[in-house]
Amino acid sequence: MGLWLGTIQLGVKSLWLHPMRSILTVLGIFIGVASVIWLLAISKGIGDEAQRQIESLGADTIMIRTVKPPSEKMSSQGLTPYGLTREEYDMLVATIPTVRSAIPIREMRRQFQFKNRKLDGRLVGCTPEYAEVTKLELTSGHFITDAENFARDCHCVLSAKVAEKLFPYEDPVGQRIYMPENQDFYLVVGVLKPKGATAAIGGSMAAQDFSNDVYIPIRTLQQRIGDTIMTMRSGSREGEIIELNQITLRCRDVTEVKKTAELVGAALDSHSKMEDIAVVVPLELLEQARTTRAMFMLFMGMIAAISLLVGGIGIMNIMLATVTERTREIGIRRALGAKRRDIIRQFLVETSVLSLTGGITGILFGLLCGPAVTMARTLANTWFEKQMMDLPEVVRTVQPSIVPESIPGAFFISLVVGLVFGIYPATRAAKMNPIEALRHE
Amino acid sequence: MSETMETDGYACRVVDLKKEYVLKSETVRALRGVTFDIPVGDYVAIMGPSGSGKSTLLNVLGCLDQPTSGSLWLGNDDAAKMSDDELADIRSQRIGFVFQAYNLIQQLTVVENIQVPLFYQGRPLSPEQRKRCHDLAKMVGLGDRLDHRPTQLSGGQQQRVAIARSLVNDPYFILADEPTGNLDSRTTEEILQLFERLNNEGRTIILVTHEDEVSKRAKRVVRLKDGRLQWDKINSQEVRDEAARYALENMPVEV
Repeated sequence: MGLWLGTIQLGVKSLWLHPMRSILTVLGIFIGVASVIWLLAISKGIGDEAQRQIESLGADTIMIRTVKPPSEKMSSQGLTPYGLTREEYDMLVATIPTVRSAIPIREMRRQFQFKNRKLDGRLVGCTPEYAEVTKLELTSGHFITDAENFARDCHCVLSAKVAEKLFPYEDPVGQRIYMPENQDFYLVVGVLKPKGATAAIGGSMAAQDFSNDVYIPIRTLQQRIGDTIMTMRSGSREGEIIELNQITLRCRDVTEVKKTAELVGAALDSHSKMEDIAVVVPLELLEQARTTRAMFMLFMGMIAAISLLVGGIGIMNIMLATVTERTREIGIRRALGAKRRDIIRQFLVETSVLSLTGGITGILFGLLCGPAVTMARTLANTWFEKQMMDLPEVVRTVQPSIVPESIPGAFFISLVVGLVFGIYPATRAAKMNPIEALRHE
Repeated sequence: MSETMETDGYACRVVDLKKEYVLKSETVRALRGVTFDIPVGDYVAIMGPSGSGKSTLLNVLGCLDQPTSGSLWLGNDDAAKMSDDELADIRSQRIGFVFQAYNLIQQLTVVENIQVPLFYQGRPLSPEQRKRCHDLAKMVGLGDRLDHRPTQLSGGQQQRVAIARSLVNDPYFILADEPTGNLDSRTTEEILQLFERLNNEGRTIILVTHEDEVSKRAKRVVRLKDGRLQWDKINSQEVRDEAARYALENMPVEV
């Protein structure tokens, strides 16, 4: 033990003979280790965010969406009905045994009004389970109930933003909002908490931000508004006939999701010609996202590993120079009784001191990743506000999350790098003939 | 043949030492059978022109090189039959080296340099050993410079550190290779007086030199020529005193 301690002391002393050189060598490993931690933390942060968004859709759900078919599939005269029907909804509920609950959903753009305050938003007709599946939480009142749906009550639930815009002063619950297109009043029975957006999923599902939503019972919507919607746009009429925009199925168990999705696909096979529905399975997306994240992290890890390798080569380079420079010292030590293994130990300790110094400082710097990113973002937000707004959402909001394994991993790798790249210079030093080494100038 | 060599009272015994090596397909016979004994307490100067095998003998005596044949008895062990690691142990435990170029380690202080051979004995330093290092530094007159680096010392001072280092393991003999070769006559005299003092205290010294003035200060001179012992003679006390007086009288006057 004393021997090792002495060797370490000696190593530090020897390295300190050339402080600049040693610091630069350490820097190589420092950057390698810090970038391993940083890159992994940032890619995990991005991956986690994507995963969280998908998870908020619910891993045990299957979503069947109505999509507008390509124009060549629509008849040229009049309006063609398309998309999911209530009949299909009933059929799915009745025939697929693995479905625990099913929610029919109808959505449309509508204007909402209270007194002279107006807001354009999305009207969603749904059933009570909708709140649970999409993880909506209430600040006051209650969500739509089965009784309200059955009775086709003109009741509505407001999302947080709608409530704030239409009722900046009043308590919305108990008030009535007006929908000018239908000339209808709806009694507000509940207000939701603010909710983050869900993931945009391919072309079949735009990101839902839930912020301008108003929820009413689907039976009310069906009776009051109907399936046909006509809108005036630039002087001409446009319209669509859709019974349901979406059916969200909840499976009894996550393990049954894939099987159920296959059954649903088979049951709705008649739509394949029209291409007017899309089946979205968040579980599959989640698995995809996990794979993508793993690959992304692997890729980032490899980039970082390359920089560690470069740092290791730097160590080897310096140690080779040092060995040549200190040939004489090696000769002296051999003459005074050092064995070959003593010389190997001395040089390996020196490379390990270099790489571990780099490793430990790199880890410490790596741990600063979270605060550093937050600080950088704050600074960028104050100085380059405009440019920051143009950046993609992911870049603006990413929060690095340090991968716990990367800390001991980085430490271990830096130790290995020091030993591996130190072995060649060390054995070269040890193989020297002491007589020749003593003669070396 | 010499399995039962009598070694009591000898610092080392050299028996029919031969060393050959191949240089560009030509075999060089550096030592062609050298035999001599060094009793404990002796002070031997090894002389010889270049090419006489002097350096080879020095390397073999210092256990840095192994002879092709013959024996080198250090105590009850024949160093000619040892492995690399065993030779390293012998060097750290039984031999004290003094070099022409001092050969101190630059990044270590005076006292740390003195400790180096103990370091390679594979045991942590005991308090006694630490004290011994300090005493040795004081003995060679560097007690006030324990923490100096070699670069902060003069040549003579560095050589005195090297001598202190050669004594730290209480060696069978001190092997000094041209120890005064890099020094002016005044410091040469200092070093030679130090050697004389150590010899009077009972230390065995083997000194390799090509200077007659230096060799005359030893008790005995062994001269090599063409890889063989040319002669081996004892310096009488008169010769030694004469040489010492001559050195002092011809000392350059200090300005």
